[in-house]
Amino acid sequence: MEALFLSRLQFAAATIFHFLFVPLTLGLSIMIAIMETRYAKTGDEVYLKMTRFWGKIFLINFAVGIVTGITLEFQFGTNWSRYSAFVGDIFGSLLAIEATAAFFLESTFIGIWIFGWKKLSAKAHAVVMWMVAGASTLSALWILTANAWMQHPVGYVLRNGRAELSSFVEVITQEFAILEILHTLSAAYILSAFFVMGISAYHLLKKQHVDFFTRSFRIALTFGLIFSIFEVAEGHLHGADLAKKQPAKLAAMESHWETGPNAPVYMFALPDEANEKNAIEILPLPGALSLLATHSTDGIVKGLKDIPKDERPPVLINFASFKTMVALGMYFVLMTVIGFLKRNRLTESPGYLKLMLYSIPLPYVAIELGWVLAEVGRQPWIVYGVMKTSEAFSPLAPSQVLTSLIAFILIYGLLGAIGYYLIIKHAKKGPELAK
Amino acid sequence: MLLQDIWFFLWGLLWAVYFITDGFDLGIGSLMPFLGKDEDSRKVMVTAMGPLWDGNEVWLLTAGGVTFAAFPKVYAVMFSTLYSPLMIILFALILRGVSLEFRGHIDSPGWKKLWDTCLFLGSLLPAILFGAAFANIFRGIPFDQTAVFQGNLFTLLNPYGLLGGILFLLLFLIHGANWLAIKSDGDLHRRAINTGKVLWPILLAVAVIFLGATYVSTPLYNNYFNSPALFLVVLITVLALLGIRVFLGSNSPGKAWVASALTIVGATFFGVIGLYPNMYPSIINPIYNLTAHNASSTPLTLKIMLTVAVIFVPIVLIYQFWAYMLFKGKITKDDLNYEEGY
Repeated sequence: MEALFLSRLQFAAATIFHFLFVPLTLGLSIMIAIMETRYAKTGDEVYLKMTRFWGKIFLINFAVGIVTGITLEFQFGTNWSRYSAFVGDIFGSLLAIEATAAFFLESTFIGIWIFGWKKLSAKAHAVVMWMVAGASTLSALWILTANAWMQHPVGYVLRNGRAELSSFVEVITQEFAILEILHTLSAAYILSAFFVMGISAYHLLKKQHVDFFTRSFRIALTFGLIFSIFEVAEGHLHGADLAKKQPAKLAAMESHWETGPNAPVYMFALPDEANEKNAIEILPLPGALSLLATHSTDGIVKGLKDIPKDERPPVLINFASFKTMVALGMYFVLMTVIGFLKRNRLTESPGYLKLMLYSIPLPYVAIELGWVLAEVGRQPWIVYGVMKTSEAFSPLAPSQVLTSLIAFILIYGLLGAIGYYLIIKHAKKGPELAK
Repeated sequence: MLLQDIWFFLWGLLWAVYFITDGFDLGIGSLMPFLGKDEDSRKVMVTAMGPLWDGNEVWLLTAGGVTFAAFPKVYAVMFSTLYSPLMIILFALILRGVSLEFRGHIDSPGWKKLWDTCLFLGSLLPAILFGAAFANIFRGIPFDQTAVFQGNLFTLLNPYGLLGGILFLLLFLIHGANWLAIKSDGDLHRRAINTGKVLWPILLAVAVIFLGATYVSTPLYNNYFNSPALFLVVLITVLALLGIRVFLGSNSPGKAWVASALTIVGATFFGVIGLYPNMYPSIINPIYNLTAHNASSTPLTLKIMLTVAVIFVPIVLIYQFWAYMLFKGKITKDDLNYEEGY
């Protein structure tokens, strides 16, 4: 096994793990800020209890998210040094700005939130959580802009053997970044909503702390409903944009081989990459791909056959990730609409509650598959159309990378297990009754 | 070019601020087995760093991020050649961070002992390795144009590297003890002050040896001999170092902490000024040296980053200073009793 493969595995493991925790931080911080603001405004102690119950879970999740983030900043340099030297002018600045503008804010204010209860008024303490929520959102903006640049590089010139910045404004305002940001944030909010709804459902099924968890459920439901619907619409725009900006990814995720109009969407396909076709095609919707990608069934969608073999991403993993993610996205709409209809009689809907409890992991699956598509769909490029992944890795001994990879798997595995154990323990226990 | 020199200085400054902030966190963490004789003491120690450690740690991310943004070649070569120590530092910092959060969630001595051990190792290892890494940078790293590190982890633990590691550790231990003395009272306060008094002569000796070893093992003094006014930095650092002992003697931990902070800043700049214009020199051949002038980003990027820094760093300093002020003074029973606390 060579350093490139191991470094790719390691980056994937580190990022996928980090992203188990980030979306919940993004969404739950907002929900807790809403709860705490309601407490500050109304003095209703139930909202304070909600703040502290969900807050405790939030902090466990936040801690693991933060520490696993350090890994990523280091990892561009440690394992992708050639990439770093090539794109530092652009990518490096975005990361540095993320640290200066967002990480500081987030990390400073979370400390104030944890330890500042008695030192600040209720209103001021609520503002502190808004700062944490705002800061994590700001952080997402910068890192997703950086990733968007990898997917669709703009505002640069190739000079002196590297990508050099020519327009910072172009980099930070490009449409791809905006679509990616909206998509990822919405996904995070859906995940957070289902997390809160699922845990609330657990208690509602047992008919304990009914008022408490009905309120929690409904705050999360609003979030989940709005963003599930938004995500489907926005996801379509984001996918359609790929037809122009990443045709190879679009072709792979739809397992689309032949360039042409009236391109179909397959509900299921099994690609036969060696023979440049699909071995199995189930339920083709004629013209649907052209329609989705170009808003016209006559629109021409590029097929994999017209993309040079050494520029094609792997097909099955991208196709499977994409279709599963979309199916789950539809499921989230369905479940939140049902929830909205049942919002006043949740305890009388045990079937729905049970489904919601078991649905907690599903947005996690969807969001990680989304990232798999984003990153594996970009292969073989690390910067689409500009630099190949195979040219980007650090000249390390495979044994070094294997050692660190094993260490990551072990340490992250343990931390993840312990972290989730603590979260589940707190979730099941529920809020303190009297204080 | 002036922009590159400005960024070289800012880069040094960011490392210095990281060392004086997270330095006391790493110091307290490393003192856990020695000063944390019972759960009450340990609770005070983690609460002393509690509200501040995470914001402090971000200075490291900013220093790394700025290295990437302003000097991408340095970031690329430094981080890949220092792979092993950086991975250890990384895992240590990960353990440090989760230990603080996890330790309070289960009320069992075994559970707390597990995380306090992780906290100790997660603080001790970075303290030593940062010192060793920087000492090796001063000395020169064995790499050439292939940017492949010639050697392994033990290559970095040469006598000068080890000396740098011990120096940093002692600086952080004293800086941490000073902070703990500020935040605690009673027996723990007394023991924290004593720790500083006991470690100080060792620090003094190691500092003197380090200054001499730097002359022998590195070219750092060249800049100083060329511009002798720069020796002022060394003088201020030495005075600060002496000040630590004076203020510990007069039971003024606040002033002692300022003195240890100044010592750390001075030591950092002693190294950074001596390095200039090198940022990542090669011990194999100076033609491979990465400098502020051959490894930087474009002027456009440096300008944009400078604008961002000029706007945001003061803002950060203001709200971090506010956070420090919010939590000033001795730790109270209230501070120790938050559900969300450590």
